[in-house]
Amino acid sequence: MTDPDMTAGMVTPGAATIAQPRQAAALNRTRSSVRLGWLVPTLYIIFLLLPIYWLINMSFKTNQEITGAFTLWPRDFTLRNYTVIFTDPSWYSGYINSIIYVVMNTVISLLVALPAAYAFSRYRFVGDKHLFFWLLTNRMAPPAVFALPFFQLYSAFGLIDTHLAVALAHCLFNVPLAVWILEGFMSGVPKEVDETAYIDGYSFPLFFVRIFMPLIASGIGVAAFFCFMFSWVELLLARTLTTTDAKPISAIMTRTVSASGLDWGVLAAAGVLTIIPGALVIYFVRNYIAKGFALGRV
Amino acid sequence: MDKTWNNNAWFLVLPVLVLVAFSAIIPLMTVVNYSVQDTFGNNEFFWAGLDWFEDTLHSERFWAALWRNLLFSAIILAIQIPLGIFIALNMPKRGWGVPVCLVLMALPLLIPWNVVGTIWQVFGRVDIGLLGRTLAAMGIDYNYVQDPLDAWITVVVMDVWHWTSLVVLLCYAGLASIPDAYYQAARIDGASRWSVFRFIQLPKMQRVLLIAVLLRFMDSFMIYTEPFVVTGGGPGNETTFLSIDLVKMAIGQFDVGPAAAMSLIYFLIVLLLSWVFYTVMTNYGQGDER
Repeated sequence: MTDPDMTAGMVTPGAATIAQPRQAAALNRTRSSVRLGWLVPTLYIIFLLLPIYWLINMSFKTNQEITGAFTLWPRDFTLRNYTVIFTDPSWYSGYINSIIYVVMNTVISLLVALPAAYAFSRYRFVGDKHLFFWLLTNRMAPPAVFALPFFQLYSAFGLIDTHLAVALAHCLFNVPLAVWILEGFMSGVPKEVDETAYIDGYSFPLFFVRIFMPLIASGIGVAAFFCFMFSWVELLLARTLTTTDAKPISAIMTRTVSASGLDWGVLAAAGVLTIIPGALVIYFVRNYIAKGFALGRV
Repeated sequence: MDKTWNNNAWFLVLPVLVLVAFSAIIPLMTVVNYSVQDTFGNNEFFWAGLDWFEDTLHSERFWAALWRNLLFSAIILAIQIPLGIFIALNMPKRGWGVPVCLVLMALPLLIPWNVVGTIWQVFGRVDIGLLGRTLAAMGIDYNYVQDPLDAWITVVVMDVWHWTSLVVLLCYAGLASIPDAYYQAARIDGASRWSVFRFIQLPKMQRVLLIAVLLRFMDSFMIYTEPFVVTGGGPGNETTFLSIDLVKMAIGQFDVGPAAAMSLIYFLIVLLLSWVFYTVMTNYGQGDER
């Protein structure tokens, strides 16, 4: 299962003269693996895209067509479902609410995680390993465990149904993740950079902002992406902590499903609209996304 | 990397501590508080000792949900890890195919979880879904609302659809970090494809695979939204996993005491398992650096 390009690149002139037959066999093998090699990711991507296609397909159909006829593409092409969402405040405010708390959460998470990640990557201190593990456990805490106590805690502070409540609640799993990812990226920067800067007379804050942050800019981007992602996809806590004013779009969807029969078309259109922000963000971090999932530690 | 011993670093960690204390320790203490008390409403609480814990540990409902969840996690790992490795090995390494693959594969990861549920709920429906209609047309009796096995298959396939890309991306990152020289050396030794995989690619992927197993286990162990949207825990209780059961108990029936006790047991299981993973991971990392 070696990569075809790589195998081809490794055929050096010297090897070619020594091992002719073996190489011919290897070339045959490579050729067949070229065909198969393309097949695997292609089939996988088709498997990924089929359900999404079906949703998009439904979002452009009328409800009669969805329930009445089985069509592989919209016969009766309509934009009515999208019009409903963009003209009804109870729908589109959901998107605005989601974006507000996601952005708040990303900013808060990064602001607190940056210095902490620096401390973990550069210094040893009392209890550092235990602290790191404790942070990790918060990433692993089932949100279901926290739903009820969060509700009561934020009620006590009068935060229920505000964007801040959801943003803070999502810090539970996003801050540890951001610390983890940033620590991985920061450990990749040689320590000599810090030492040289201090000898040159930089103070810590100045050094951190002027020199260090540009060096790990890609890491910050990736951490921001992951905070965005996990805050955007989470529903349980966001739904528990909001009632009307800060209700996220995903919660509005579940509510509308149960009310007055099913408006499949609008439901599908709302679903499609929730996919778009994610798709846009992925495009910007596509080259770092794999490294980010490995927590910067490849 | 050699790290300097400096306790002032605590000041840099302080903001995280304050924030996480607010969003983790205080709620957790509330749970502990509830787990040892009983209430008849009106905000009057009575000391109940460890009764709720005993009840939970003796309740069939809890054990059933726990085994169901462990089985689910095991199936998920058994499918997603090998499949993810296989797809990553066959990914293009350079050219225009790389960004296309990465972006398309990452797409399911960024869909809100209940929308994932909605997508599969619609996709699998016998009356309006592509999958359901196709299977019905092929003469297969498929109905995830009534048949427990079909419900399980739907939930598992949905999770494979949703999360396999995570394993693929991790393995891809691990593979990309292998220098060409390794492959050249293997070539000179006349290594077969299998031995290249077994002795070069697999060891180099070990670290990312540990992260993949860790993340996939944890997330499948606390799965809530997707199966809740698709099956609502049914038919019967066939797909009621721990989180679904817990939310039903805490918010649906408002049985705060038992729910809190169950939360703590649930959290302790997760904690124990993540400690095992973490120890394995850090020990492996240290061995690597020396």
